[in-house]
Amino acid sequence: MSILDGYQEFVGGGTLDELRLLGRHLAGRRILTINSTAVGGGVAEILNRLVPLCRELGVDIRWDVIKGGEDFFGVTKRVHNALHGKQETFSRHDEDVFRETTQRNLAEMDLDADIVFIHDPQPAGLVEARRAGRGRWVWRCHIDLSAPQADVWQFLSGYVSRYDAAVFSAPQFAADLDIPQVMITPSIDPLSDKNRDLSESEINQVFERLQVPRDKPIITQVSRFDRLKDPVGVIAAFRMARQYNDCRLVLAGGGATDDPEGREVLAAVHEAANGDPDIHVLELPPTANIEINAIQRGSTLVLQKSLKEGFGLTVSEALWKAKPVIAGAVGGIPLQVTHRYSGILTHTVEGTAFWIKQLLNSPDYARRLGENGREHVRTNFLLTRHVRDYLLLFLFLDHRGEHIIHLG
Amino acid sequence: MADKTRPPVQPFRFCTSLDLTLLTNRRARDLAELLVHLHEVPGSVIYYHTHHFLVQHQYLSPEPPNDFAYWVTNVLQEDRLGEQLAAIDLIQFRTIRALRERLIAVIEGYLDERKQLRTAPEGEEFHFREAVSFVIPTTHVAHNLREFAGCMEQIGFGSLTYHFFDARLRLERGENDFSEWCAGLGEPELAKAIARLDPYTYTMDGLRKEVVRLVRRRLGERDA
Repeated sequence: MSILDGYQEFVGGGTLDELRLLGRHLAGRRILTINSTAVGGGVAEILNRLVPLCRELGVDIRWDVIKGGEDFFGVTKRVHNALHGKQETFSRHDEDVFRETTQRNLAEMDLDADIVFIHDPQPAGLVEARRAGRGRWVWRCHIDLSAPQADVWQFLSGYVSRYDAAVFSAPQFAADLDIPQVMITPSIDPLSDKNRDLSESEINQVFERLQVPRDKPIITQVSRFDRLKDPVGVIAAFRMARQYNDCRLVLAGGGATDDPEGREVLAAVHEAANGDPDIHVLELPPTANIEINAIQRGSTLVLQKSLKEGFGLTVSEALWKAKPVIAGAVGGIPLQVTHRYSGILTHTVEGTAFWIKQLLNSPDYARRLGENGREHVRTNFLLTRHVRDYLLLFLFLDHRGEHIIHLG
Repeated sequence: MADKTRPPVQPFRFCTSLDLTLLTNRRARDLAELLVHLHEVPGSVIYYHTHHFLVQHQYLSPEPPNDFAYWVTNVLQEDRLGEQLAAIDLIQFRTIRALRERLIAVIEGYLDERKQLRTAPEGEEFHFREAVSFVIPTTHVAHNLREFAGCMEQIGFGSLTYHFFDARLRLERGENDFSEWCAGLGEPELAKAIARLDPYTYTMDGLRKEVVRLVRRRLGERDA
C-alpha cells in the first residue's frame, strides 16, 4: 500500500485525488527544501513525513540540511529566542558567525532548483545565492514573530525581504514585510504513535503503569512544565471545580532535568499540588508518544490553559481524539477551537473552572464539542491538508497578485 | 428523453477550487478600524471572511456565522451587532461588491447609535486574510443527467464550492453552474429547483445529497 493510501480512511478519496491533481501540475519542477537538522525538532519531524508524501505525488523534491558548528547554533538559538520576544544579546560578532557559516554552506551546497524552500532563521542567509529571474525562494517561519527583538529582526529581515514569499503559522505571527505572506498552519499525523487509534486495553495498561486510577472523571493538560502553559493556574482551576465535581487532574509533560526554568516550574507545580492524591504530575520522556496518546484518550476533558502559545498543536491532538477541550485564547489556539462550537476558549482561572464544571455536568454538550472538534481537525489540521497547502504555495509563486488562478 | 431530443450541449466538466490563505498585515482592534479596512480590502478578503467557514467548518453543528459576526460577538461582545452581521443573508448577494456594501452599512448603522467603542483584548484583534483560489479541472465529466448524478456523488467539496458559490458570487455568472447546465439540457424545472436551494444553510455533504436527490427524482420521472 502507498503512504498516501493510508490516509484515505481519514480524509476520503476526493482529498487524495485533489493532491494527485496538484502533484501533476508541479511535474517537472525541481524543489529543494532546507532546514538545519535531519532529526529532532518539529521541522525535521514534519519534513520526514512530508517529503516522501510529496514524492509519491510525483513532486521532484529534495531535502538538504545546512552544516554549522556549536558557535553558529549557539547564535541561532539566541536568534530564535529573541524572535520569540525573549531579550537576548546579539553582537556584531554574532552577525559575523552567522554570515561565515552561511558563506561556507553557500560554497558547499547544491542550490540549483526551481523552488528553494527554506525553514526558519538558521539557513535564511542562503538566499544570497538567489539570482535574478532564476528560481523562486520561500522562507517558512515556524516562530511567533508578533513581538521580535528589534535588532535581531532587523538583521534577519535583511535576508527575508529578498525572498519571493514568507509563510507563517498564524495571522498574528506575520511580519512587516513587503513580500506576500502566506498562512499555512501546522498539522498532526493521524498515523503517528501520538495520534493513532488505541484499544481500550492499551489505554488501560498505560493508566495502570502510570498509577492513575480511572475511577472518576479525568481532566488533563499535556505540556512541558513552563510558566507560559500555566500549570499552577490549571491546579487552581481544578480545585475550584472539584468543590462541586469529584474528579482527577493529570499534568503530563516532558522531564525538566536539563532546563533550570523547567525545574523551577515543576517544583512550583509539586508545591501547589501539595501531595493531593487526585493530582497526578507525570514527567514523561520525549519518546512517550503512546503514553501521551493514551492519556489524552482516557481523559474526560483536556485543558491547554496557555498564557502564550506558539501554535499549540496539543489542542488538535486532543480534538482528534474527540475530546472536549478548554484552552486559552492565545497563539494558534483560536484557529483550532471555535468558542462554543468545537471547544471552549477561556482567559482566566475562574473561567476555566466554570467551564470544567459546565462540561462535566453537560456530557452531551461536551461530547458534541469533541465530535465537532474532531471533524474540524479532520478538515484543517491533518498532514494531508498541510501537504496540499505547500503544493498550492509552490504553484502560487508563478501567480503572485492573482486572486483566482485557473490551472489548465 | 430530453437530453437526446435536444441539440447536443457541452458536457459538464467539473472543476475544483482549492484555497491558499494569504495574510494581509491588516488588523482591527475596534469597529472603527474594522470599518476602515472593510472599505479598502480586496474582494478576496471579503470572500474569505464570509465563506471560509463553509469549507473549514462543514461538519459543525450548529454552524458558526461569518468571521465578522463571530469576532464582534465573541471578542468585542457586541451581541446586537454580532447578531445583525450573522443574519446577513449571503444567498441574496450576486456580487462581492454588494456584500461588502451591506456589511459596511450594518456596521455604520450600529455606530450611528453608539459612540463608545469596545476594544479587543491584546492578541485578539481581527486579522484580515485573503483567499487565493486555484481552479483546477477534475477528471469528472458528465454528458447527461445520469452521468451528472454519478459525478456529483464522487466530487470533492472544492468542486461544490466552485460551481455553487464561486460561480454566483466571485465570477458573477448570475446563477450556479449546475442550474445553468440543466437549463441548457432542457430541464428548466430541475434548473429552478437547484437554483432555489440556499446552499448556505446546508453542510457541503448535505448540499451534495440534496442536488443528487433532485436529479435522481427527475431521472425517475423521465423513466416512469
